[in-house]
Amino acid sequence: MEDGDQVVKKFMYMNRKAPYGTIYALESLEVVLIAAAFDQDVSLVFADDGVYQLMKGQDTDDIGMKNFSPTYSALGDYDIKKIYIEKESLEERGLTLADLQELKYEDEDDDWAEKDSIHLVTRAELADVIDAQDVVFSF
Amino acid sequence: MTMLHTVNKSPFERNALDSCISLAKAGSSILLTEDGVVGAMQGTSHSKKIEEAMANISFYVLGPDLKARGLSESNVVNGVKVVDYSGFVDLAADHESVQSWL
Repeated sequence: MEDGDQVVKKFMYMNRKAPYGTIYALESLEVVLIAAAFDQDVSLVFADDGVYQLMKGQDTDDIGMKNFSPTYSALGDYDIKKIYIEKESLEERGLTLADLQELKYEDEDDDWAEKDSIHLVTRAELADVIDAQDVVFSF
Repeated sequence: MTMLHTVNKSPFERNALDSCISLAKAGSSILLTEDGVVGAMQGTSHSKKIEEAMANISFYVLGPDLKARGLSESNVVNGVKVVDYSGFVDLAADHESVQSWL
C-alpha cells in the first residue's frame, strides 16, 4: 500500500492479558504510542483477559502502581481509531461494552466530528481482521 | 491441618485455580490476588467452580486488586469475602500454612 512516497503497512497490536498482574498491558500501550509516530495503519485488539485493560473506574492507589488506563483515551489524538473488542471475550467474563471506557476520535474528513473508535466484533469477524494485517504484535 | 491457598493468576489464562480447587482439602481457604481476582467475579464462565467449591472451602479476594482493575466488590460471587492487606495477614496467621499457586 502506498501513501505518497511512504510504504504504509497494517500493524495490529493484540492485547490478551489483564492489566497490573503482568507488565504486558503497559508495555503494549507504550509501544503503540511510539509506533503511532511512524504514520502506519494501526489497529488494536482487546481479547481474552485483554478486555479488562479497558475497564472503567480503575483505581490503583492501594496497590502502589500507576493507573495507566486514562492514557487509552489519548489514542484518538494519535490517529489510532481502529480498536476491536472481541464480543465472546466480554460475554465469557459477564461484561458488556458499558463496563469499558468509551474511546473516541475526531474525524478530520467530517468537520472533526467525534466518533467511536471501538468496534465490537465477533470471533469470526476478528479472524478476518487479523488475516488482513501485515504485522501482528502479541502482548 | 488448615491451609491457606493463594492464587494470583486469572482462571481464563491458567489452570492454577482449577488445580487448587481440586487439591484443596475441605475446611481450607483460598485467597484470590492480583490477576487471580477476576476468578472471584459472578456471571463469568468460571463462576460456577467457586460457587460449587464453596460448600467445603472458604473463598477470599483481595479488595485492592479488585479496585485496581475496576472490578466492583458488589459483583463478586455471593459468599466470597473481600479482604484488605491486613485481612491477608490475618488469614496467613490464622492458618497453619500458606500454599502459593503460581
